[in-house]
Amino acid sequence: RSFAILILASCWMLASSSINHAKHQARTRNFISLTTFDKSYRHQPTIPTFTMTKLSLALSALAVGSASAFSMNMKADTGANSRRDILQKGAAIATAIAAPAAANAYAVPDLLYPFDALEPFIDAPTMKIHHDKHHATYVANINKATEGKEEVDILELQLNALEAGPVRNSGGGHYNHAFFWDEMAPPDQAAKSKISPELEAAIEKSFGSVDEMKAKFEAQAAPGAVFGSGWVWVCVSSDGLKLVGTPNQDNPLMKGVTDEVMFPILGLDVWEHAYYLKYQNRRPEYVSAWWNVVNWDKVSENFAYVSEKKAGVPVRG
Amino acid sequence: QIFSILSILAVVAHGATYDLPPLPFGTSSLKPMISKKTLQIHHGKHHAKYVNTLNALVAGTSLENQSLEKIIKATHKSKPGIFNNAAQAWNHSFYWKCMTPKGGGMPNENKHSKLLCDKINASFGSYDNFRKEFAEAANTAFGSGWAWLVSDAKGNLSVRKTIGADNPMVSSGKCCIPILTCDVWEHAYYLDYANLRPSYVDTFLDKLVNWEFVAENLERAVDSGKNWS
Repeated sequence: RSFAILILASCWMLASSSINHAKHQARTRNFISLTTFDKSYRHQPTIPTFTMTKLSLALSALAVGSASAFSMNMKADTGANSRRDILQKGAAIATAIAAPAAANAYAVPDLLYPFDALEPFIDAPTMKIHHDKHHATYVANINKATEGKEEVDILELQLNALEAGPVRNSGGGHYNHAFFWDEMAPPDQAAKSKISPELEAAIEKSFGSVDEMKAKFEAQAAPGAVFGSGWVWVCVSSDGLKLVGTPNQDNPLMKGVTDEVMFPILGLDVWEHAYYLKYQNRRPEYVSAWWNVVNWDKVSENFAYVSEKKAGVPVRG
Repeated sequence: QIFSILSILAVVAHGATYDLPPLPFGTSSLKPMISKKTLQIHHGKHHAKYVNTLNALVAGTSLENQSLEKIIKATHKSKPGIFNNAAQAWNHSFYWKCMTPKGGGMPNENKHSKLLCDKINASFGSYDNFRKEFAEAANTAFGSGWAWLVSDAKGNLSVRKTIGADNPMVSSGKCCIPILTCDVWEHAYYLDYANLRPSYVDTFLDKLVNWEFVAENLERAVDSGKNWS
């Protein structure tokens, strides 16, 4: 009977760990298969280290439990019971260790480039703190806010974010930053990137020209226009491309933030933490420098995706 | 650039509504709690910009010769552009006075005022409770904002937090005469504390609060029931 428990426990551990891993991979794979962005996803999420730790802990518990049970000096009647006891306890402990805690739904995606890759336009210390601290805090908070609830893709979470208390700030924060990292690239890659003919046509239709769009974008990003913390977006709306500023971590995917739900294809963080170390109060200088790291290939892909699917751009994490 | 020149000329011609007040201490005086660089930029760039923009926006209008409080109250709902700059000009002037190089910690009956100590205890139970509530407000003001200790006309104290330029004297009705504030816009602490806003808030509370100024504000609030100007 003890061995049966042992075997069951081992199977349970292995199964649960595989399920966790598979779920994690599947979540990410789904995003990739929805998009044409496969080639740009060079960094794959890794198996959460806590799963491996639990696995090894559980196996160790089993091994130690079994070893001590068999090495015990067994007396006639109580010995067998003690051995069974230990094995059962060992199995119970192993099961408890390996039983899957609800896997965190969200994670900070790795950057596609090193922290200093966007220099001199965005400095390395800012990238590091912005990604490792600010974005990580939003992820920690959205995980806390959604603990025990059914897992929902971060993109899907945006629609009703205004109704959902802490989801607005930290769910918005996670989506916005995941979106932001991937639309940027090192300057030489950005310089070679191209606005697709379709996107250029849409820009000309809504703004007149690319230069006019940039000028309007910079005006919308000025401290008087987005006062305090917020973001500036170019979005696909029901009536062409629209430019909009949103406060704090709101975004146009959230019902109620703008007149209609819109799908961002380009966005800029104008929270002070995004630029203060290098630019201090000089936000306009940050905004005009930022064009040097915009990856227009990705923005064009965003536009193609949103236009076809009539849905928001999925993000990693 | 042309706009700036014209607005400066307009201001000179009409006389500025508001001047940038000097810092009540030297730019090096709050080290190591707040760096010289932060004070230079926070006062000389951010605060100065609010003042200049305000003056330019009200030049030639009926608001031009009004007091700052009148402008704030008049534009709170109707003219966000003017309100943001007027309120930020007021908020920052108030904030500088709320700090002093050897401040912070628990206020002292003899050194500061018995009224203040009594009201803190009456309103919060203890200084520790006040400190905890104020820190919580400062740390949870999402985005750019301010944490406030406010008084009503009877000296009942409470903690508030506001977003952007908002000030409890307009947002919360008669309850709320500001007696202490802490700026939690990221520009107030980012160069010195980066993302660690709670460290900045702790330092503000433990090392910087100018309780003498807070006590004066409380006296005035209770005496007149009107805002300090």
